[in-house]
Amino acid sequence: MIWHTIIFWILAVLCVGCALCVVWQKNPVVSAVFLVGSFLALAGLYLNLQAPFLATIQILIYAGAIMVLFVFVMMLLDLHHPFDLYFRFTKPKLPKTIALGLFIWLLCALILAPAFPLAFPESGQSFTVAQIATLLFSKYAFPFELTSLLLLVAMVGGVVLAKKK
Amino acid sequence: MTLLNFTILAAKVVLVMSVLLSTVPVLVWVERRGSAFIQDRLGPNLVGPFGLFQPLADVIKFLFKEDPIPIEAHRFLFPLAPLCSLVPAAVTFAAIPFGDTIELWEKTIVLQIADINVGILYVVAFGSLGIYGILLAGWSSNNKYSILGALRSSAQMISYEVALGASLIGPLMVYGTFSLREIVHLQAGHWGILLQPLAFITFFISAFAECNRLPFDLPEGEAELVAGFHTEYGSIKFALFFMAEYLHMITISALTVTLFFGGWQLIPGLTPLAQWMGVATYPTSIGLSLLQVLSFVLKVGFFLWIFIWIRWTFPRFRYDQLMAFGWKILFPMALMNIFLTTIAIYLKWI
Amino acid sequence: MMTYIGYSHYLILSAVLFTIGVFGVLFRRNLIIIFMSIELMLNSVNLALVSISKFTQSADGQIFVFFVITVAAAEAAVGLAIVISLFRHKQTTAVDEINLMKG
Repeated sequence: MIWHTIIFWILAVLCVGCALCVVWQKNPVVSAVFLVGSFLALAGLYLNLQAPFLATIQILIYAGAIMVLFVFVMMLLDLHHPFDLYFRFTKPKLPKTIALGLFIWLLCALILAPAFPLAFPESGQSFTVAQIATLLFSKYAFPFELTSLLLLVAMVGGVVLAKKK
Repeated sequence: MTLLNFTILAAKVVLVMSVLLSTVPVLVWVERRGSAFIQDRLGPNLVGPFGLFQPLADVIKFLFKEDPIPIEAHRFLFPLAPLCSLVPAAVTFAAIPFGDTIELWEKTIVLQIADINVGILYVVAFGSLGIYGILLAGWSSNNKYSILGALRSSAQMISYEVALGASLIGPLMVYGTFSLREIVHLQAGHWGILLQPLAFITFFISAFAECNRLPFDLPEGEAELVAGFHTEYGSIKFALFFMAEYLHMITISALTVTLFFGGWQLIPGLTPLAQWMGVATYPTSIGLSLLQVLSFVLKVGFFLWIFIWIRWTFPRFRYDQLMAFGWKILFPMALMNIFLTTIAIYLKWI
Repeated sequence: MMTYIGYSHYLILSAVLFTIGVFGVLFRRNLIIIFMSIELMLNSVNLALVSISKFTQSADGQIFVFFVITVAAAEAAVGLAIVISLFRHKQTTAVDEINLMKG
């Protein structure tokens, strides 16, 4: 149980740190690298929550395919013209202070939150791939088929939109 | 997680990583002498007997060379890229079983670092992270040849990753489990290649493209792109890329052996030898475990030699031929394999 | 901090990540960084769903995450195709400057 605590805090700090760097960087490629770090930390958190299938799927699809697509597009577009201004809404101060206050309040809530009365049940059962697959192909078979159709449409749409006329 | 379990795990990690990292110099020597043998010349034979200390001389050279960093290169990503290439290649080996159990001091130790029940997915997931090293290296070098090599290489790798993943669905259907340990146990009677020959062919060819080895070597194409994505890298950073490529080769060979050639199951001639030596009592004898590890090492070595042999025999694919081959030939072959496997399972042949 | 980790920790972490994503969408000019912040928001929702799945001991949360990941992949592909075609016309990725309905 103590391992769960230590690993959760390490991964949570990594995740939040990388996410802040994503939003703060000037260069989008470095931002993408930090986002990959954030995704890897999230995969570790899924492992901590006893979801190994989802952790590997997260790395395989999000970190290994989607972010590669992002980095690829950024390299093809050659976006190294520096902006004169990186952030919007720099002038009105009140919304920024409210947002910052909300964020700091959330961080304090994270650090000071108690585990009880919402503790996790102690069974520690992790769902095997067989169980997830059975559920996926029986109860959620219709969304599954729809998702495959969605992917086909996205593929065709991506090709059509990005083609040179 | 008691202290004893933790110590055993740490010992396994240290052992496997040190064996992997010390296999790389051996592989360098085998490649150089092997390529020389294929090309009817001598190869390194001056440094030590039969040139065996040549990799050591190479390492010393890399350590003492100047480490050039181009002025316009990105300060953070340029040194990070070799690490992004090396770490996934090294970590992937954690799920591969290199032996059955071994009994030491009344404790059964499984000869595998992590027996996760999504073993195949883990290996493919971390294999797909290796693309970042190449992309970031090419982009952060701020050099035309680097970025062209990086773009070509990553396009090649993602295309062949699709064929790799699809070719793995066949064995998955036959064995019914993701866990690599159970897959090796299930190959005790027949090896996997007898059940899934088409999947083996597709997997092995995609594996060549994943490792950026000839004949899919265009991203590093020496004659066309100076050195592709690692043009601007010298000394230690180049050595890290080199090491990452060999580690990736070792991992893919180990995965091929585990899925299609019986993993640590004994090579056909070794069972009579085990019985003659008197260690064939299963599962508790250390002699048998060592023979199984030896079988695994020999099989992986055989596939590494095949990697090297094919590299120095075939010419390189052209880029459009490469992409056409990956999408129009290998991927449909993998899908055809899934179709045929489904029919075979339905008719209870497998 | 020496208390054990419960359900509320994961949910608040998910809220923190979501907030960071919202900041990215609101305060950045670069279209691709806005896109990445949207992916960050989707991931924070995934984390909340997985922790709900662990708390209620049912696998439905994990199935939902599976679908969210798939939809996010499709959306990223189409969105980046739009960014590419936009960049071809306007040569910029700053959202302030893409303010004409024409073209």
